[in-house]
Amino acid sequence: MAKVVVVTSGKGGVGKTTSTAALGAALAQAGQKAVVVDFDVGLRNLDLVMGAERRVVFDLINVIQGVAKLPQALIRDKHIDKLWLLPASQTRDKDSLTEQGVATVIRELRTRFDWVICDSPAGIERGATLAMRFADAAIIVTNPEVSSVRDSDRIIGLLDSKTEKAEKGEQIEKHILVTRYDAPRAARGEMLTIEDVLGILSTSLLGIIPESEEILRASNLGSPITVSNPSSAPARAYVAAARRLKGENVPMAISNDKRRLIERLFGRRAA
Amino acid sequence: MSMFGLFKRRGSAPVARERLQILLAHERTARGKPDLLATLREEILALVARHVSVEDDNVQIKMDCGDTVSTLEIDIEIPNSKGFRALSCNAVSNRA
Repeated sequence: MAKVVVVTSGKGGVGKTTSTAALGAALAQAGQKAVVVDFDVGLRNLDLVMGAERRVVFDLINVIQGVAKLPQALIRDKHIDKLWLLPASQTRDKDSLTEQGVATVIRELRTRFDWVICDSPAGIERGATLAMRFADAAIIVTNPEVSSVRDSDRIIGLLDSKTEKAEKGEQIEKHILVTRYDAPRAARGEMLTIEDVLGILSTSLLGIIPESEEILRASNLGSPITVSNPSSAPARAYVAAARRLKGENVPMAISNDKRRLIERLFGRRAA
Repeated sequence: MSMFGLFKRRGSAPVARERLQILLAHERTARGKPDLLATLREEILALVARHVSVEDDNVQIKMDCGDTVSTLEIDIEIPNSKGFRALSCNAVSNRA
């Protein structure tokens, strides 16, 4: 039975696309057949983060408008066997997305994959509401920072009212993924802690992705972090989050890159 | 930063947490529900307008949203020539 997951946040720049790529890759690396779908029509970037930007021929809008069949638009990942990408259109505008069209594509994806991970655009408009519309579960990407937490709260309100599940009176599964977390700063009272974020949003935690230089390196290379540097702290955190998404019970640990931890210890003493 | 300052300084995160808690408590009550004060304002004005003709210039409306109590103050001037005394209507409501 396929599961449709939307990766959303309201606020831009918090790590939706990075997280979509990393979670999709982690699921596929664990043997699940996964597709990552870019809903950011006009501002597509998932193809770039996945390193598939030169292989895009057809896109989501082409499929919705019947210009191309779904298999023609699906791009198979170069590194991971069971991972596929459905890119957004870069030239059309977001009005080309229709609810009926999205419903049809999601229904077909459900028959072909174990996991359909939808990368939502920022904001709360059409693209974002359609990305979440048919989801079974939502991952709300949140930075430990006031504007991101506020926007996450708003998105949670939309998930509970505007999704097909909510309208049928069912509960959409919701998970918080905290990204760019800096545990030492949180410990010093300089950053909202995980407990602060979860307490305010009253939603369960899927994972904690530590702030890391490796994330930029991965997007520079066009390769999900779990592929480009699987032993790095953020990659391990994404793998753990993907396992929790599958329903496994994985203890929550805030991993850090060892080198940086040592740097920080000495750095603080010297300051 | 000196070691002394490091221990003395209170982090900014607790401030962030408190600000968010207050803000979101407000935004959540407003979410999805029609604005109670706005509804009251419209209906009160419509009611008054049924009995006397009221010029826009003669209506003063003040709304204030507080933590536990919000106030809606409507002052309507009604010319004496019509046989009414000027009337003032104050409505205080608990915010839902």
